[in-house]
Order: sequence, then structure tokens, then C-alpha cells
Amino acid sequence: MNSFRLHWRKSLNLVMLTLTGVAAFAVVSVLFLILGYLVYNGGKSLNWDFFTKLPKPVGETGGGMANAIIGSLKLLFLAALMGLPIGLMAGVYLAEFGGKTFSFIIRYTTDLLNGVPSIVIGIFAYSLVVLPVKHFSALAGGVALGVMVIPITVRSTEEFLRAVPGSMREGAMALGASKWRTIATVVLPAASGGIVTGMLLSLARVAGETAPLLFTAFSNRYWSPGWEQPVASLPVMIYTYAIAPYDDWHRQAWAAGLILLGLVLVANLGCRLVLSRWGASRSA
Amino acid sequence: MKRPLLLALLFLGLAFTIGAEPDSTILLNAAGATFPYPIYSKWFDVYHMQHPDIQINYQSIGSGGGIRQLMEGTVDFGASDGPMTDEQLSQAKFKVLHFPTVLGADVPTYNVPGVATDLNFTQKALSGIYLGQITKWNDPEITKANPGVKLPSDDIVVIHRSDGSGTTYIWTDFLAKASGEWKAKVGMGTSVNWPVGLGGKGNEGVSGLVKQTPGAIGYIELIYAVQNNISYGKVQNASGKFVKADLAGITAAGAGAAKDMPDDFRVSITNAPGATAYPVSSFTWLLIPARIKDAAKRDAIKAFLKWMLADGQGFNEGLSYAKLPQPIIAREMKAISLIQ
Amino acid sequence: MSTAATIDRAVPPPAGPRAFIARLRHGDEVAHVLTLIFAAVILLLTSLLVFELWINSQLSRAKFGWMFFWTKVWDPIFGNFGALPFIYGTLVTSVVSLVIAVPLGLAAAIFLAELAPRKLSDSIAFLIDLLAAVPSVIYGLLGIFVVVPIMRTTIGPFVKRTLGFLPIFQGPNYGVGFLTAGIVLAIMVVPFIISVSREVLLTVPREQREAALALGATRWESTWQVVVPWARTGIFGSIFLALARALGETMAVTMVIGNDPKISASLFAPGYTIAAVIANEFTEATGNLYLSALIELGLVLFLMTFILNGLARILIVATERGGGHP
Repeated sequence: MNSFRLHWRKSLNLVMLTLTGVAAFAVVSVLFLILGYLVYNGGKSLNWDFFTKLPKPVGETGGGMANAIIGSLKLLFLAALMGLPIGLMAGVYLAEFGGKTFSFIIRYTTDLLNGVPSIVIGIFAYSLVVLPVKHFSALAGGVALGVMVIPITVRSTEEFLRAVPGSMREGAMALGASKWRTIATVVLPAASGGIVTGMLLSLARVAGETAPLLFTAFSNRYWSPGWEQPVASLPVMIYTYAIAPYDDWHRQAWAAGLILLGLVLVANLGCRLVLSRWGASRSA
Repeated sequence: MKRPLLLALLFLGLAFTIGAEPDSTILLNAAGATFPYPIYSKWFDVYHMQHPDIQINYQSIGSGGGIRQLMEGTVDFGASDGPMTDEQLSQAKFKVLHFPTVLGADVPTYNVPGVATDLNFTQKALSGIYLGQITKWNDPEITKANPGVKLPSDDIVVIHRSDGSGTTYIWTDFLAKASGEWKAKVGMGTSVNWPVGLGGKGNEGVSGLVKQTPGAIGYIELIYAVQNNISYGKVQNASGKFVKADLAGITAAGAGAAKDMPDDFRVSITNAPGATAYPVSSFTWLLIPARIKDAAKRDAIKAFLKWMLADGQGFNEGLSYAKLPQPIIAREMKAISLIQ
Repeated sequence: MSTAATIDRAVPPPAGPRAFIARLRHGDEVAHVLTLIFAAVILLLTSLLVFELWINSQLSRAKFGWMFFWTKVWDPIFGNFGALPFIYGTLVTSVVSLVIAVPLGLAAAIFLAELAPRKLSDSIAFLIDLLAAVPSVIYGLLGIFVVVPIMRTTIGPFVKRTLGFLPIFQGPNYGVGFLTAGIVLAIMVVPFIISVSREVLLTVPREQREAALALGATRWESTWQVVVPWARTGIFGSIFLALARALGETMAVTMVIGNDPKISASLFAPGYTIAAVIANEFTEATGNLYLSALIELGLVLFLMTFILNGLARILIVATERGGGHP
């Protein structure tokens, strides 16, 4: 082949490979720059009031989001209560008991549910929980988030149950345990690390969801007792404050964004670290 | 490994119990107009401090939202700056009473680079801008009303509401009176088919957009312009005078209404007669169901209304809302007994 | 209850009601049925969801029929509702986001999989995985205060100067609009593309690369003409994943798109997406027809993601059967 063509190919090689490096660098730096901006602005805006005070009337500076922080935790608790048991048991079914066609249907439906946009799940929770009792409630928000927790939990439970080596199951059975005993006392504990982290990851994912809460949990300027009243939450407060013109509200939105991001990232980081270490020690 | 999950759930469960109020607290949920949100949030806050057992949670989601959620029954009362139409009242499953609370004004705010003074807007200018026919700031319709002001040739960025809004109702009501073309093409209501413009959510969203977008014009309640230091212009009233929105102008617009106020308090005072009247003024209403089954809630609402008509009015002017005319207050006090 | 756990392995379970009860006692049947019920609940929830969407959009479907998809008007006053502006907005913003995110993401994934030292690649991939978990409202927050001003003052004028002759870049630049929403979406989906593509590229067998190099290909040629095609399905899968996320994205979009139900050729113009209009107008749809139209939009969005998921699955299953060869 002639040398021009060779030079062309070599230059193309150099250019394209450099471009990929540039792309990687660009993507990573953009992502880190904007998150760094959030950390900077949020850090500037955090103060003790933010964690302890309730919102102030419109236009007045000060106040905080104590009720939104507790509200978010409350919603997560309800979501966990609703979604985790279903996800866990369904995962057990798929990994241990499932028949061929029914399992396929369940897996397909779970994937489908996972892909449903969160706003549509909000509509669903509204018609299911809000309309019949005629008021917005933390419960409705919990139901919406709970439905979103299910698919992730199912998938991770099934995956980690399957990963338990057959030798453990057979060993238990050889000792005389029935199937359900084996699952309950041997397989589940063996997979528990992965399953628990999967659950925590699913909770971390729904912690930041805003859209489904807009017309289920609504919002509240005060503390919200129990589960039948509207409840404030960090994501909804961020949204409400960000689109408003008050600078003090913007400041609080940054602070709330930092807290939310921090919680989500810490949860994810922790879970992934545990998973990688746990996975390494279990490869047998 | 199960411990972290258990701990997490325990922690979350504790969150459940925080904020648990004693049983005697009465929780009222309300939603609606963003137009009076600043004064309402002040009122509810002050009232709660005076009566710690009553909590009124008001969410400003727009008048359309207030009407809708009231009709659905998901809130105890609603708020709107556009009174419910006859059609909406007939669709509601129960009777709804309107109670005017304050007098306020929609102002045209703008963010024009290089212009620091108050601009005069003729009625034709405003309807032309919102119809999309006047597209530049140095259009003759605007410049001829503002001699001596150097207007740039920048594009006008029209901002309107993206949500169902009583502020929109007031504004489109005024535009319909100002321009027959607007009335025929677009009409008036809480949500219209806007010929042009960007949508902001709530008075808050529109204020935010105008503040951040050079060349923008938007309509918001007076207090939002004042609190956020955004310029707002003078509007030409029915007598041809350019009036800047202030307590005097709003009160003048509302003064005439007292005589002809219908029993259900639904009235429009846009384009009111009078040389000093501000043409885009309006009442705003609380929408209260005529029958409230829960006795505690009913008494709480009635007590709040009485407070609102007396002590509450003292807070209006501090937030740039005008007080209700005395004759109307008297009639409303009587109407409170209609709530059963 | 018998606590002795026996295993009926060698002998098939005897028939008859007494035997059934005996099996029940073993607990295995109970466990089976119990877990099956929970699994069925998922089926129930999903069916209920579709059912609710269908029933509650009845009014709107009856009134507008198929015209709903072609009508450009969204007029609550005159009761005339059409889905076209929202479908348009949803598709345009998603396409714009992919046009930006796919080349960048794929290039970055290639770099991480092929060129970067393993440790560096792993740590960056770990960080990018974390970034995929950032909630949407946070991107919206950053969108409003960072992307929109940059769009208005820097990117917008730059694009207009260089490419302003194209119809998609005509018209005034507000800072918010289709392009801004597309950029914010691109930032949100690029982690998915990088993460999945990188993993897929790493699974391509070494022999393929080495064979290409042995035949005299440059590093780039081996990557682009052998490795990437081999991993083609997985890469398409990541694109589908990104697209599905972009379609349903609500908060970040509604904070930067301008909220105007219009169809415009220009990317600088404000627009609206299905998810954004539902978020903005759901709580205040006065009138049953209005609410029904919004729910019908929700149904349309659901169907779009349903079809997309289905296609992605078919793609994966088909090429899995084909063995993943180019």
C-alpha cells in the first residue's frame, strides 16, 4: 500500500484516539464542575437553622427545611414498608420457585414497571390513594415511591439469590432440610449482603424523586403528623424554591440540593463499596 | 449485614413519630392562588402563633389548582383570584361561597436593558404584545407613550403563566376589555391558549423568569415586583391616564365595587372607571364550602374569617395589598353565618 | 405439625387430599404459594396502572379519538386538546440529548475501555456510576442557574454566529427552550451510555482486537471496525436505556424548557413535553375533560416507553440468539 494511505491512517488513528481522550476528559470534567458548583453553593448556604427551623412566610428571609428533611425520611419509610417485602418475596419466587412462563411474565412486567416514567406512577397513586379518601397524604406519596422501589429490589434479590452456590443448597438438603427451610436459613443469609444493599440502593433512588410527589404527598409548611396529611419533602421544596424569584429561597434550594445529593451519593457509595468487597470475599 | 437495613428502617420509623401533634390540633389544608400567597402565608403564620392549635397548610399551586382541588374535596378550602364561573359552580358537588380577602393588582413587569425608569403602556400596547403583534421594544406603540426614553430594538420576550392562574384571569379579563381582538381570539380564563410566550409556574415562576431574562415582560402581582425589585410600568386606565399600581390606585378601583357588589361577591373591577383607578386591579377570594361537616374545622374556618376581616386587614398594606372597603367587610361578616 | 423435615425425593408425592395436606405441612407449598402471591401482586399493580390510565382518559379518548395525536392546539378555555406539541417536544428534546450524548459517551467509553490503564478506567467508571444516581431535580436546579445563563450569554450566541443560517437555530434565544432541555438531558443520560458501553466493550474477546492488529490495522481501526461492531448490541442497548430515561424525564425538563405548547422549527424556541405538562397542570386541571386529556397524555407516554422497552428486549434477545457476532 502506498505511503500516503499509510500516513493518512496513522494520522486518523492519532486524531481519533486523542478525541476519545478529550471526550472522556470533557464529560468527566463537566460532570464534576457542575456538581462542584452545587457543593460550593450548597455549602455556603447551609446553616443550623436549615436543619431545625420551619419555613417562614413568603418573602421573609430565614427559616429552614426541618419538616422537609423529616418528611422525606417518612416517605422513604413508607416506601420501604410497601415495596421491600413485595420485592423481596417476588425475587425469592423468581430465583427459587418460578415456573418457566410465569417467571417470564413476572420478569417482563417488573422490567415494564421499572421503565414507567415516575410522573405516570404519580397519576396512578393519585387515582388509587388520593381520590378515594379525598386528601393528599404521606401515604399516597409512600405508595408512589413504594411502587418504584419494587423492580430494583426484585432484580437485585433474584440476582444475589442465584449467585449463591448450588453446593450450599445441596449441602442443606443433604442434611434433611426442606426447600423452604433451606431458603430461609441458608440461601437468604448467604445472599443477604447483596440483597440488603440492593434494597438500600432502591431507597436511595426514590429519595430524590419529585414528580410523583407533586400530587400525592403534595407539600406542607408545617410538621406533618402520622401518614394521612400532606407532607413536605426535600425534592419538592427544591423545585418550589428554585423556580421562585426570592434569593433567600434560592439559597435554601442549594442547601437542600446539597443535602439530598449527599445522602444519595453516600448511600450509593457505601452500597457499592460493600458490594465489591463482599463479592470478592464470596467468590467460591 | 442485615443490621444496616434494620438500623435504617428504625431510623426512618422514628421519623414517623416526630412532629406528632397532640390530638387537639386542627389541621386545615388549603390550596390555590399565588397572587395573594405573600399575605396569606403571613396571615396563617400570625394566626397560628396566636392560636397554636390551628394549623393552616396553604400550598400556592395557582387559582386553577385551588378550584380543582376544592371541587375534588382534597382540600378544606381553596383560593382564587378568578371567581368560579357559573359552569364550574354547577359542576361542583356542593355549594361554594366566595369571600373576598384583599384587593391586589397585576402589574406589567419588565427587564429591558438600559431602561431604569417606569414605562407607560397603552392598552393597545399590552394587548398587541401579548397577541404577538408587537415584537420589539422600540415599536411605535410603546415609544409614543414614552417620549424621552431610549428603548432598544431588542425582542420582547413575553412571559405568561404555565399553570391555571387567577392572575392570568385578571390579566386576560383586562386584555379582553382592552382589545376586542383579544376577546375573540383568546378569551379570558385561568388558562388560555397563549399566542406567544414562555410559561412560568406561579407568580413566583414568572417573576423568576422576568428577573433572569433580558427583554422580558410578564404580569405578576404587585408585591412580587416590589419584593424582588423588578421594574413595573404604568398602565393606561379607562380614562386614558397612565397609572402606576399602588394602594391609592387599587383602592380607587375597588371603591366603586361596593355599591354594585352582588350577594355572592363575584365581581370584576378591571378597567374600572375613575381617573386615579388602576385598571388591572382585582379582589381575590377564599372559596369555602357552604357545608362543612367537621364541627371543629368549621368553627376554625369561621373564626379565621372573622379574624381576617378585622385584624388581618391590618397586614395588607405592609405587603402592598389594599384593604377591603368597609361596606364589603360588613357584608362578609354577615355572610360567614351561611357556613354550616 | 410434624417438625421432622422429610424429603419426598425418591418417591413421587401420592395423590389425594390427605397427601395434599401432608405436602402443605412441609411448608414448601406454602412458601411457593406465598412468594407466588407476592410476585402476582406486581402483575396486579401493573395491570391496575394501565387500567386506571385507560379508564380515566375515557372522556378525552371518546371526544377526540385519533385526532388527539394530530391536533396542535392545547386550549383549556375552549376545551380543545391535542397531544402533538407534547409528543413533538418529548421527541425533539430526547433526540437532541442523544445527538449530544451518544458521540461523547461512546467516545469516552472507548477511551475508558481501550486506552486507559485499568485502574484509572475502573475508578472513573465507579465515579460515573455514582453520577448516574443523581436525582433529576438537582439537574433541574443546576439547569436553571448554570445551563440557562450560559446558554443565553455564551453558547446561544456562539451557535447563532456559526450555524445561525440553519432553520433549527433561527429565532430569538431566551436561554430556555428545546436546546437547553436537550443539553440538560444529555448531561443526565451520558453516564448511562458510558457505563454500559464500557462494560460491553470490555467483554469483547482479546482475540478479536489482536487479530485485527495482526492484520495491520491501526489501534483506531481495530477499535472502530472490529471491537465496536462486536459490541454493537450492548451499545444500542445503552442508547435505548438513555432514550427511555430521557423520554420520561420530568423535573429537569420542566425547569428549563419554557413551558409553551408550540411546535417550532427552531431549537431556541420554548416548548413542552408530555411529562412537563402533566407535572405543571395536573393539580389544576379544572374540568373533567381537561384532566382526562392530561391522563391520556400519561397513557401516551406510557405506551412510548412500553414500545421502547419492547424493542430493546427484542434487540437483545435476537442478537443473543445470533451469538453477538457482527
